[in-house]
Amino acid sequence: MAQTETLDLARIAQSLRRRIVTMSHRGRTPHLGSSLSCTDILAVAYFASLRLDPANPSDPARDRFILSKGHAAPALYAALAERGFFPLADLDRFNADGGVLAEHPPPNIVPGVEAATGSLGHGLPIGVGMALAGRLQQRDFRVFVVLSDGECNEGSVWEAAMFAAGQRLDRIIAIVDYNRWQATGRSEEIMALAPLAKKWEAFGWTAHDVDGHDHGALRELLRRVPDGSGRPVAVIAHTVKGKGVSFMEDDNNWHYRIPNEVEYAAAIAELSA
Amino acid sequence: MRNAFAQEMVLAAERDPRVVLLSGDIGNRLFDPFKAAYPERFFNCGVAEANMMGMAAGMAMSGLRPVVYTIVPFVTTRCLEQIRVDVCYNAQPVTIVGVGGGLSYASLGGTHHACEDIGFLRLLPGMAVVCPGAGAGVRAGLRAALAHPGPVYLRLGKKGEQLVHTTEPELQIGRSLTIRSGTDVALLAVGHILPLALATADLLEGRGLSTRVESFHSVKPLDEQCLAEVFANYATVATIEEHSLIGGAGGAVAEWLAAHPGQRATLRAFGLADRFFHESGSLAHARRSLGLEPEVIAATIAGV
Repeated sequence: MAQTETLDLARIAQSLRRRIVTMSHRGRTPHLGSSLSCTDILAVAYFASLRLDPANPSDPARDRFILSKGHAAPALYAALAERGFFPLADLDRFNADGGVLAEHPPPNIVPGVEAATGSLGHGLPIGVGMALAGRLQQRDFRVFVVLSDGECNEGSVWEAAMFAAGQRLDRIIAIVDYNRWQATGRSEEIMALAPLAKKWEAFGWTAHDVDGHDHGALRELLRRVPDGSGRPVAVIAHTVKGKGVSFMEDDNNWHYRIPNEVEYAAAIAELSA
Repeated sequence: MRNAFAQEMVLAAERDPRVVLLSGDIGNRLFDPFKAAYPERFFNCGVAEANMMGMAAGMAMSGLRPVVYTIVPFVTTRCLEQIRVDVCYNAQPVTIVGVGGGLSYASLGGTHHACEDIGFLRLLPGMAVVCPGAGAGVRAGLRAALAHPGPVYLRLGKKGEQLVHTTEPELQIGRSLTIRSGTDVALLAVGHILPLALATADLLEGRGLSTRVESFHSVKPLDEQCLAEVFANYATVATIEEHSLIGGAGGAVAEWLAAHPGQRATLRAFGLADRFFHESGSLAHARRSLGLEPEVIAATIAGV
């Protein structure tokens, strides 16, 4: 990838992070760490990978993106607004009384949101259904599903994984935001998650470990799907929870904490450097 | 009912290229004609109902009309959250078909009894709950479900039920079907128990009570026009269902009654007590043991 494009994605990701921190601070909402850990994934997906037209959000030929870890909704809203699906000013109404940008993505209301999520373990089955429909309709769209590592606790993730591999659905991509934390502890300590890539491989997927903050590497992996093997593709994106704000990085208190005025100013200063 | 459903599925797929069938590793041979005609539109989803329901929602979001089929407990409570979130919250037109409603599979034991499903599903916003009578009602019910803009739960019995309809009725969601007329008692029969309601009506007639029987297939939305009419004009209105007395059609009618006070008729609800049934044996035995019998119902209504 050309160096200018990498710089562009870096600039976009920083912009998304500022918007996310602002939404959490003003909207008084948690899940900031979870939103920041997947920000680079969304930046690459929306600005370098997905085939989308914000002016025609229900184009049947579009690529699909499902944020299965719906609690990172601020990251999704910021990416959609930055990409032009709705006005950036709408982000000011995040979590506002009577608004549409709720703490988890709602259905059929927000342009670009493909499915309501928030309950974990739902996005991959829905995405597999979309991929099956695409094959039946002879469309060549791809389906991106972003999951959290904690979400991989859910049995339905593995039901969908087995089914997709059995059907040889090679246009579905599961991206696991592997920040090694879930709500109340280390994901590896709560359930035996590792070796995560090997688990997906054992379920019949091609799995790639990647630095989930490396825009170039992410973009290159996503570009290579389908990869000709007939297998669905899992991207195990190794990430840092709270990425981009030094005092939030890898501190799981920021799963629930909401930045106060001082913290907010410090975070914005870091993200504006 | 099962075979009528399988036959109608082939016709539905023929009529509408968006129709796809998802089955939870069940219906061995049952869907052979469908698979022969439309192999690419049949999906054996394995014993993984949560994924099956989520996939159906994803397919509906992509413009297909999925029909999801397995035994009632597994296509309802096993994946209730997927029905609630993926199907109902996302407002997707998925048709959920449960075979073995009520005690149809009495002999298989409590895991396979299905006496809470109407309650669970009618509680979900946007979900229609349809329990066709035996025979032709199943075909018409499937057609009505596939024409419906939102999610529908179609509750079937099993196979070999007595056929009530000799000609195929036009079945509408939200409209019950009058099977026989009468003037004193109105029996609202839910689903495959319809023949039992007709037998009950015979007994009531023998006691001098003129009895109307409705195939009250649309538990949600209720046929409010029918309810207004029978509660205004009859002495007794009785619901009969193979379902818990909590949350079923009897409960739904009681809710309607609470919102429409001052009716002439008294409501009686016949169904199952709030407990699991532990005895082995046939459907006939289970109904006898649980008091879901024409003689018991008729005697209760007649007040003897």
